[in-house]
Amino acid sequence: MIRIEDVTKVYKTSTRPALNNVSFEVDKGEFVFVIGPSGSGKSTFLRLLLREETPTKGKIYISNVDVAKMPRRKVPRLRQTIGCVFQDFRLLSNKTVFENVAFALEVIGKPAHTIRKVVPEVLELVGLDGKSDRMPNELSGGEQQRVAIARAFVNRPLMLLADEPTGNLDPDTSQDIMLLLERINRTGTTVLMATHDHSIVDSMRRRVVELEFGKVIRDDARGVYGVGN
Amino acid sequence: MRASFVFSEVVTGLRRNVTMTIAMILTTAISLAMLGGGLLIAQTVDLTKERYLDDIEVSIFLTDDVSANDESCTEDPCAALRQSLEESDEVETVIYQSRDEAYESFQRIFEEQPELVELARPEALPASLRVRLVDPERADVITEEYEGEAGIAQIQDQGVFLERLIDGLNSFRNITLVGSLALLAAALLLIANMVQISAFTRRTEVGIMRLVGATRWYTQLPFLLEAMVAGVIGAILAAGSLVGLQLFVVDGVLAELREAGIISLPSLLYTVLIVAPVLLVSAMVISAVTGYVTLRMYVRH
Repeated sequence: MIRIEDVTKVYKTSTRPALNNVSFEVDKGEFVFVIGPSGSGKSTFLRLLLREETPTKGKIYISNVDVAKMPRRKVPRLRQTIGCVFQDFRLLSNKTVFENVAFALEVIGKPAHTIRKVVPEVLELVGLDGKSDRMPNELSGGEQQRVAIARAFVNRPLMLLADEPTGNLDPDTSQDIMLLLERINRTGTTVLMATHDHSIVDSMRRRVVELEFGKVIRDDARGVYGVGN
Repeated sequence: MRASFVFSEVVTGLRRNVTMTIAMILTTAISLAMLGGGLLIAQTVDLTKERYLDDIEVSIFLTDDVSANDESCTEDPCAALRQSLEESDEVETVIYQSRDEAYESFQRIFEEQPELVELARPEALPASLRVRLVDPERADVITEEYEGEAGIAQIQDQGVFLERLIDGLNSFRNITLVGSLALLAAALLLIANMVQISAFTRRTEVGIMRLVGATRWYTQLPFLLEAMVAGVIGAILAAGSLVGLQLFVVDGVLAELREAGIISLPSLLYTVLIVAPVLLVSAMVISAVTGYVTLRMYVRH
């Protein structure tokens, strides 16, 4: 699914590489935590997968396509196969829940009848059925993150990238969000989640890739956050 | 591409920056109206020139001596002059007007001022050769060649008066065009600014669009269309005000001049069929190009 080969990323403004000769693989349908302190290279890694950045050196394969060498015009198609969720939800405040999710389909040219059919389905999946006409500011943080997850998942991506999705949520709500991500993972979607949240990593017992100073220092199939510290 | 989506994005965008949009529409409208005005004046110049050139003559007034003694231009120097003129490639026709004929025509012209006719004596009027040129604008060639020759008192080129009128119109046209260029530059900057503001206020949307894999067309077309819609509204306003100006002001104020045959104005049809489309197309091209360049320069994809 994802194969990272000897990837190094150096930003122009910095002397130290954000990622330093990183290699690992993620299989289809896996659930992987990417952990590490701020500045360890987690966000750079996610940006490389989205082709927001290109690596200074090395190769990044997604479904056997080298993302770094992909021509620009093919990037939108790549991104259509990747869903994204962020710490700050990134919802459009002037659109309803339904419209926020529908937006992701509208802008890639999906026909209206598909949108009318698919959006309610995914809202039900994330547990927001009945709230489709609410505005984002009428929702709790957890509900807003569910909308964001619905939007990321509505086009049935092969892979879901979550960058600190529980960073703004209380522990109980975070747990609910994790259950939702797990449910999405069970549909066959690969989930990559960057996080600082010890308790979540420890309770889930999934694969953990730990980064520090741009290097992979640990890759446990069923890891916890604290091991080695 | 879903038209309804793009359309609603454009409408929201225009409404969101309503003050900016109005400023841009007005500047575009005024600059285009001036451009159109310039085009109309240029057309007036052409039409007026065309009208006059047909009638323009160079008059070679003969000396008193010749006027008095050579009734029908059969003796030299008049006959020689006439022959030489007729043989010239520049000349179309030469007509001799004797002193008596000049007096008759004088009487005709000043019919309504009998006291003037009373005062004038045929002896005061010179005989002349009325020369019509192949190219009326090359009168100076004749003037240079024959000035000072025996038998010639004075050479008068009617084209000089026309030139004065044309010069006046032309400088008026130039002022209008320069003004329109300056305003066009302002309109250009306003378009660029509008696109930037629009892109900035919609950065969250655009960010999400890029993230979910919208193509460049989808992310940028609304901005381009926004600029183009505003530009087209400006062009329509400009064309409308030109037509209005022509119907209610120019035709009224200049009606006398036109009826007297002093100037020829372009028809309303010219404004509607030629000037208006020119304005419309310029507005679309200018706003689209400016919008595109602005997006390339300021908005990362």
